[in-house]
Amino acid sequence: MMHDRVFSDPARERELFARRLFVGSLVTLILSIVLSLRYFDLQISRYENFATQSNNNRVLVRPLPPSRGLIYDRKGELIADNRPSYNLTIVPERSEDIEQLLNELGKLITISERDILRFRKKLSRRRPFEQTTLHVNLSEAERAILAVNGHRLAGAETSARLIRYYPHQNLFAHAVGYVGRINDRESQTIETVKYSGTDSIGKVGLEKFYETQLLGTVGSEQVETNARGRAMRVLDQTPAISGDNLTLYLDTDLQRVAFEAFKGERGALVAIEVETGGILAMVSTPSYDPNLFVTGISQKEYDRLLYSNDRPLFDRSIRGQYPPGSTIKPMFGLIALQNNIVTPNYTINDNGYFFFKGIERPWRDHNFARGGHGDGVNLSKAIVESCNIYFYELGVKTGIDLLSEYGSQFGLGARTGIDMPGERPGIMPSRAWKKGAHGQSWFNGDTINASIGQGFMLTTPLQLAVMSARIASRGDVRTPRLVKSINGIEQSAPQTGAHIDISAKHWDYVHRAMQDVVHSIYGTARIINQGLDYKIAGKTGTAQAISIDAEEKYDSSKLSKNKWDHALFVAFAPVANPKIAIGLIVENGEHGSSSAAPIARAVFDAYMESQKSATLVKR
Amino acid sequence: MHRGDFVRQLNNPGGDRRPSRVLHIDIPLLVLLLALCGIGLTVLYSASGQSIFYVKRQATFMLAGLFAMLVMAQFKPRFWERGSMLIYIGGLLSLVAVLFFGVGAKGAQRWLDLGFTRFQPSELMKIAVPMMVSAYLSKRYLPPRFKHVFIAVMATLLPVFLVAKQPDLGTSLIIFSSGFFAIFLAGLGKRYLVATVLLAVAAIPTLWFYVLLDYQKQRVLTLLNPGEDKLGAGWNIIQSTTAIGSGGWSGKGWTQGTQSQLNFLPESHTDFIIAVLAEEFGLIGVLSLLLIYLLLIGRCMMIALNAQTLFSRLVAGTLSLTFFVYIFVNMGMVSGILPVVGAPLPFISYGGSAIVTLFSGFGILTAISTEQKRI
Repeated sequence: MMHDRVFSDPARERELFARRLFVGSLVTLILSIVLSLRYFDLQISRYENFATQSNNNRVLVRPLPPSRGLIYDRKGELIADNRPSYNLTIVPERSEDIEQLLNELGKLITISERDILRFRKKLSRRRPFEQTTLHVNLSEAERAILAVNGHRLAGAETSARLIRYYPHQNLFAHAVGYVGRINDRESQTIETVKYSGTDSIGKVGLEKFYETQLLGTVGSEQVETNARGRAMRVLDQTPAISGDNLTLYLDTDLQRVAFEAFKGERGALVAIEVETGGILAMVSTPSYDPNLFVTGISQKEYDRLLYSNDRPLFDRSIRGQYPPGSTIKPMFGLIALQNNIVTPNYTINDNGYFFFKGIERPWRDHNFARGGHGDGVNLSKAIVESCNIYFYELGVKTGIDLLSEYGSQFGLGARTGIDMPGERPGIMPSRAWKKGAHGQSWFNGDTINASIGQGFMLTTPLQLAVMSARIASRGDVRTPRLVKSINGIEQSAPQTGAHIDISAKHWDYVHRAMQDVVHSIYGTARIINQGLDYKIAGKTGTAQAISIDAEEKYDSSKLSKNKWDHALFVAFAPVANPKIAIGLIVENGEHGSSSAAPIARAVFDAYMESQKSATLVKR
Repeated sequence: MHRGDFVRQLNNPGGDRRPSRVLHIDIPLLVLLLALCGIGLTVLYSASGQSIFYVKRQATFMLAGLFAMLVMAQFKPRFWERGSMLIYIGGLLSLVAVLFFGVGAKGAQRWLDLGFTRFQPSELMKIAVPMMVSAYLSKRYLPPRFKHVFIAVMATLLPVFLVAKQPDLGTSLIIFSSGFFAIFLAGLGKRYLVATVLLAVAAIPTLWFYVLLDYQKQRVLTLLNPGEDKLGAGWNIIQSTTAIGSGGWSGKGWTQGTQSQLNFLPESHTDFIIAVLAEEFGLIGVLSLLLIYLLLIGRCMMIALNAQTLFSRLVAGTLSLTFFVYIFVNMGMVSGILPVVGAPLPFISYGGSAIVTLFSGFGILTAISTEQKRI
């Protein structure tokens, strides 16, 4: 041990240490004197001052709650408003006996067990001069009763505060979301000061995503009170600053048309403004009334929503993940054309079955019973009539690597980055994905399933709309956005990727084929072309909710409705200069053509009509 | 490790059979510590809103701490010298683990969940850093050369940085001072001292713009103008100075402080507990407490001066100076002359880990103190 220091001089070291320690103790002493002087200054020199402050007058600081930012649709129609609500609050230190006060109040108005429980919990965390809410949303009659009996109820007050109100009720429930009371878990993470004036917080949807902007800044008020805590006068006030107002891309009229077009069926629709990526309509049905949550929903009512078979609380538009079915065929066609896998002239003979070398079980077309789509099926016909056999072959030739590489450029298999919380990513399968998720290698059979949007593939209705918009805009990659401007300042959507590199002639070809899906007499969505004065491009899709064997025929009449196929539709219009793109699904709606496509038509009609009147106004 | 390290009294050549010798107890140190514990429990009862629950828990922590101190005192200082590197590295690794697996509340990750209990590595570092730096420097020429100072500084700054990242500014300040004191006591050259002061001044803008988080900056601004932030940290300072100031010479009497009893005073049983003492026992109470603290520090410095080895001297000196930093930071912050950082008042503030850490530090001091007597 000591050999390291053979040359050192212990006596000198000891002396050096002692000197240093002396310096240290000197500093300690000086700082102790500084502390003593500070306490002397506070306790002796300024004693009178502080004693007065502490004994006679109490200066209380009260938070002034900011009013939450409003939410408007693109035309300035209010979607989320604030309106006054009257609460019963208690200031503990003003009441002689809280138990008796609660008792007294219980005789006058109905106060639930839950309210009292929550009140007690809150009470333990508040300072005794702070108002603590006991009961929210007093009716006119209750307010009158309390006013009349006011003299007996020292410590109880009715106070008005602004609460959230959603005038369109269930129309925007999923997109806009709602605010609710701050729960225990949230109170662990929020900054207590910022929320000192408010007891609600954005729970889901835009209300949650834009919480920081909507909240506003709490103000404060210094109030001088007498010894019993009654406010005598306001000394100083820092006003609260209202939250930012949001203006959305959403169009209330379009939203209503879309919502009503579902006629109560379960499903979801997303409509995107092609030029901006802004969301014009975003519907998930069935819906619920967000106003129920604002002041606290009753357990019974909440259970009814939560355990309903139709799952109204579930936001299908961004959280529902469905196989996209044939709706991805135009996109896969574009990929194959661009990479010279097929040409427009390339044809196949489709007899309804597709055999892959080495595999006994055939893949079949949906109309295999009729013997397939026959001879001379090219890409266009394969899209228009939705021929599976053509796409099985196209898929195998293209290979999963290209399909998934381009697929993600079209917005599949990853969160789109929309300004909403809780979006699901879907699945655009690849070799790496299968290895990671299933620990298995990729097989050609997987490619064959993927090539008609089945197998592992999953997409959200939002992703379908995004894919449709990217096809419509000929490869412009735009992140979907709900919020157009905040306090009047335009928000630019972040660009997520480069322009999708596909030649103009291929876009032309596929746009034309998608137009024929609606407008040609063979098109699978010809049902919606009656009386159209503009052109729609679309693609139907059907996604199996259950699996059917190759030799078994799908027969909806033998299945209960919740096992019926899902109907899907992607579309954009007008074809020559696309303005609006749609992705939608009707759960258990059977065929894209019969149940899904008419909903899109209704939305397109409403949109074109509004554009027409808008141009008229301009002229 | 020598077998004899643990049960030294078996071959105690001095043959001193007094219980304090046998059990390795430094009586003045123990008496002062017990006095502080007594004051602490008394004030805590009042500060916690007369809650016997808190007092019982705190007393349990104190007993556990005393036990830890007694156990640590049984080892020779040389044992701690040899083990310091291992403890330091273990502490450093668990600090890194906290960054990844730590648990905590309100945005700060400070704890490691070991399943059966929770462990706060930053507390361990309050002792590990002074021991490791002292052990390292005591093996070199003194005063230390540049290279050695550099290594010692790095060994200090690494945990300081990791703890500041949690973020726990109060603890990282304590660890920093302990490392600095060890180097200072080892005889750091005057030129270095001047350079350190200059560096510290130069570091202020860097800290302000790159290291401090918004809420931490807010606390500094609050110190300069408490009226600005009436609902947040400003509230604490306004209320704590009012509580202290209204205490006067002799205070309002035990459990009679209106500021603290009416809950005006936030965190009254933890970091701000000195305000309760000041309100209820007045300036006399504050100065008496300060006097006990200074006597304790004085006793520790005596131990340092009489210690047998360089390592023992450095550790004892460092721990006694660091102990004062706790006191100065806490009493300064509550009285509004320092920004609000999370720093408890030793033996008075409620909190288990801090109590056990403090007693452990005094355990090492006792080990050093009882060694000299034996030779």
